[in-house]
Amino acid sequence: MSDAPFIEIRNAAKSFGALEVLKDINLTVEKGQIVAIIGPSGSGKSTLLRAINELDPLTSGEVWLDGVQINKDLPFRQYEKHVNQVRQDIGMVFQHFNLFPHLTVRGNITLAPKMLKGLSDKEVNELAEEQLKRVGMLERIDYYPSQLSGGQKQRVAIARALAMKPKVMLFDEATSALDPELVEEVNLVMKQLAEEHMTMIIVTHEMGFAQDVCDRVLFMDQGYVVEEGSPDVVFRNPTQDRTKDFLKKHLQGQN
Amino acid sequence: MDFDLMMRVFPFFLEAALVTVQLSILTAILGLICGSLGAAARLSRLRFFRAIGATYVSIIRGTPALIQIFILYFGGPQIGIQLDAFSAGVIGLSVNIGAYMTETIRGAIISVDKGQMEAARTLGMSRWQTMRNVIIPQAARLMVRPLGVNINALIKGTALVAAISVIELTYTAQRYIGSTYKPFEMFLISGALYMIIIYVTGRGIAWLDRKVQIT
Repeated sequence: MSDAPFIEIRNAAKSFGALEVLKDINLTVEKGQIVAIIGPSGSGKSTLLRAINELDPLTSGEVWLDGVQINKDLPFRQYEKHVNQVRQDIGMVFQHFNLFPHLTVRGNITLAPKMLKGLSDKEVNELAEEQLKRVGMLERIDYYPSQLSGGQKQRVAIARALAMKPKVMLFDEATSALDPELVEEVNLVMKQLAEEHMTMIIVTHEMGFAQDVCDRVLFMDQGYVVEEGSPDVVFRNPTQDRTKDFLKKHLQGQN
Repeated sequence: MDFDLMMRVFPFFLEAALVTVQLSILTAILGLICGSLGAAARLSRLRFFRAIGATYVSIIRGTPALIQIFILYFGGPQIGIQLDAFSAGVIGLSVNIGAYMTETIRGAIISVDKGQMEAARTLGMSRWQTMRNVIIPQAARLMVRPLGVNINALIKGTALVAAISVIELTYTAQRYIGSTYKPFEMFLISGALYMIIIYVTGRGIAWLDRKVQIT
């Protein structure tokens, strides 16, 4: 097990009906690595991310995390039990935050740990405070999501995922829904996690951020991983025409 | 208009109004139970339960409530169901309004943002834990007003059980018309009392709706 990769995706394929969105994808991620997935919309990058925690199960192929197969083929009840267990190890942050609007920041963070980890009220409250401190949101602990800005909501959503003590964090365009001036505060939190060596897979449109923070970049197009390598290679010396085209268009669009 | 007569019969109408209120409360409670079960069936993972839920809704909404009550009260004894008029009325009305409430509750649940389910499941919560702690609390807020509409309809619907001789507001009006020949006055009293019941209920619903809204 020690030589097996921390995260491994083998021969992953996924179709929605006749539409093939992922085609034979292989990916390994080492512990502490930070991987960015970039590509045009419809390239399958979000689907790949959502396949890792079974939100969009693969049609074929395997997903492994730390020696455990995530996408096991099991009877319904056992499958549910299995995914509920393995998902605790996989934190996910969504484009639209998906905070629970009827709960305070504290309630958002403590709900799952209280229910799933059998922690006492005191323990989950300490946990919430600790995670909120990490994202700089402690002073908003008793606010409702509707009282927060987009950037603050996303930071709380990150704290909520971190409170489960996940082995890996998935970010699905975490800053795409934010006003430009709020992007930086979320990026800072993600950079800080990177410094703490959290394993992260980040689907993003922000090339600058991917270049600064990530160890590896995957460029996806039409369901394939077209190009993969260090940010320097992918951004400065891409070998594939599709990558060059995408980066040209994207960098033009940004300036 | 014969005010003197109206004053004299008014106490009897008040008693009848009490029966209408009892009918309404029992029907609302049992209807909510039917509606919750119906919605659970309609939203089930299993096709079998979904089919049961859909059949219930389409039969009940596709036939007149009066026919449903008649089948239960007059037809029931033929198949071994013997109910007094009040019970038959409550059960018939509850099953009826339950079908409408099924759709109200289901509608509220499916209009909770899909991302809520995803976020909770991603944290490792089960389908049921998510329903209970995330989806239903939000759906409950969305359903107060439309359930209020259902309850408004059911209060007025209780008038139907006059047809099986439950001594409530409508039946009482008919009875006093038989002895006084003053339909205008008698129906006016009934109507006014219905309106008071509905007004008070409406205020209650509006209060509840304000109370449960997320700040």
